[in-house]
Amino acid sequence: MSDVQTAPTSSYDVASIREQFPLLKTLVHGKPLVYLDNANTTQKPQRVLDTLWEYYTTYNSNIHRASYQIAERSTHEFEMGREKVRGFLNAKGVEEIIFVRNATEGINLVAQSFGRTFIGEGDEIIVSAMEHHANIVPWQMLCEEKGAILKVIPINDDGELLLDEYEKLITHRTKLVGIVHMSNALGTVNPVEEMIQTAHAHGVPVLVDGAQSAYHKVIDVQAMDCDFFVFSGHKLYGPTGIGVLYGKRKYLEAMPPWQGGGDMIATVSFEKTVYNELPNKFEAGTPHIEGAIGLGAAIDFLNETGMDRIAAYEHGLMEYGKQVLGNVPGLRMIGTAKEKASVFSFTLHNIHALDLGTLLDTRGIAIRTGQHCAHPVMQRFGVPATGRASLACYNTREEIDALARGLIRVSEILG
Amino acid sequence: MNTGPEGCTETHLSAVSQEEHAAEIEETFALFDNWEDRYQVLIDFGKKLPPMKLEDKTEISRVPGCQSNVWLVADVKDTESGPVVVFSADSDASITRGLVAILWYVFSGQPVEKILTFDIDEFLDRLGLIAHLSMNRRNGLFSMVLRIKALAASRSRGAQEV
Ligand SMILES: Cc1ncc(COP(=O)(O)O)c(C=O)c1O
Repeated sequence: MSDVQTAPTSSYDVASIREQFPLLKTLVHGKPLVYLDNANTTQKPQRVLDTLWEYYTTYNSNIHRASYQIAERSTHEFEMGREKVRGFLNAKGVEEIIFVRNATEGINLVAQSFGRTFIGEGDEIIVSAMEHHANIVPWQMLCEEKGAILKVIPINDDGELLLDEYEKLITHRTKLVGIVHMSNALGTVNPVEEMIQTAHAHGVPVLVDGAQSAYHKVIDVQAMDCDFFVFSGHKLYGPTGIGVLYGKRKYLEAMPPWQGGGDMIATVSFEKTVYNELPNKFEAGTPHIEGAIGLGAAIDFLNETGMDRIAAYEHGLMEYGKQVLGNVPGLRMIGTAKEKASVFSFTLHNIHALDLGTLLDTRGIAIRTGQHCAHPVMQRFGVPATGRASLACYNTREEIDALARGLIRVSEILG
Repeated sequence: MNTGPEGCTETHLSAVSQEEHAAEIEETFALFDNWEDRYQVLIDFGKKLPPMKLEDKTEISRVPGCQSNVWLVADVKDTESGPVVVFSADSDASITRGLVAILWYVFSGQPVEKILTFDIDEFLDRLGLIAHLSMNRRNGLFSMVLRIKALAASRSRGAQEV
């Protein structure tokens, strides 16, 4: 449709990537599926599916508890999953990788364990105006319980954080900064490294919500120097129900367990129970074994494809999408940050987002409509809801063209 | 092409039976076999819905369970053949307004007992709406129907008391 300068992605063969994702062959209402709801969840490559199948058909057994062969294997594969996550994030040690259900649970763990221990009355927590509810509500709950105060970094009309305001919000009472790395509602990629430096200069630890960034960007938690980082497996081409909390060892060690039970203890007696070492201290009960193994397979896929190559390809796709969607009459892009990735959030004329989604669906096009679990963002931009198309490693320019055509048709129908 | 139901005026409401209204909608729907066109039909139905008074769109008249907003109020009107229930309804989403229009078309202006006994589920099923609509919309549609039936029942009691 148009000629856009893109980063070199010549060696990126999207057709062969698509081949690895069986679901992409699905027909919807008799039409090929155009899946553009990746910020919600991504599809799974065959090797993840094979891994889950293999687990259940050849070595399903509980981990850390038994001495027989298949349990040795499941324990080994589970811990390999952890090691793969460690490598993926470039964390120092596997003990810094805690398996949780999803990004949301990772944040709740920090709020409940770190927060309830180290944050008290009158203390302050800073988040931003573009947070997902997952990085708002756990802090509100903590603030309510402790009498702490939640402060919010404002954003400008392009959907960028006002960094000067951020610095002003930090006081001697600030105990934690929680910041989204990449916004699911706007696509904005925040300068987390810089923000972390600022916080650290005041001795304040930072939690980074990486739910959206982890599958679009190369992540290096040591270079970033974040104190906590969370993401969800299901957005990273892995299974649902598995997520990761990375925490710097010094914090995780200082934090009490937040759930009690099996696996998280060393010894139990009614007089005294001794908690297990990291990371098991935070993993009470039987974990999502095949989820962790499947997440490992998803990381294998990303490593083989190359996270940097995916990022470059997706960047080209986004630049292309900006141009093509920019030419759709009546489309207003919400979120026009200079640093942005893989998300197009928009309104079309005054069309209700639900009508938009329903009509696109008849053409096989799947986008998210609504408020994207980010009500404050919608309020900030004065829109009741948006349509959101979000990209992944397997999307194509043809799909963006199909979206643009679909939007033009929707305008005609509702015109 | 005119795809909307013709009778969206209050004047000849009770002159036409529900069955006739329903058959008319069904015929219009049957003209189209793809859902983009059917939604267009629905949207056109919605455009013919008589406007709802702004002051009637309140928190109380809002129907729960809809992803889009739906408002619904009912009134009893006396006609020669006895009291009928007249509805006024609207939605902020066009497809939803079309669904509201279908319900309005088969229900509004009908006697209470007809409203309470008409098998709306079966009718919507025949239109393919039950199978095709997303869960969200189905639930929304369902709560609209419940609200209409509840209003009809309460209005008929109210009318008898007067
Ligand atoms: C930025 C961001 N944070 C957190 C979450 C929560 O993810 P999950 O529901 O997997 O916990 C999401 C999911 O949409 C997200 O986009």
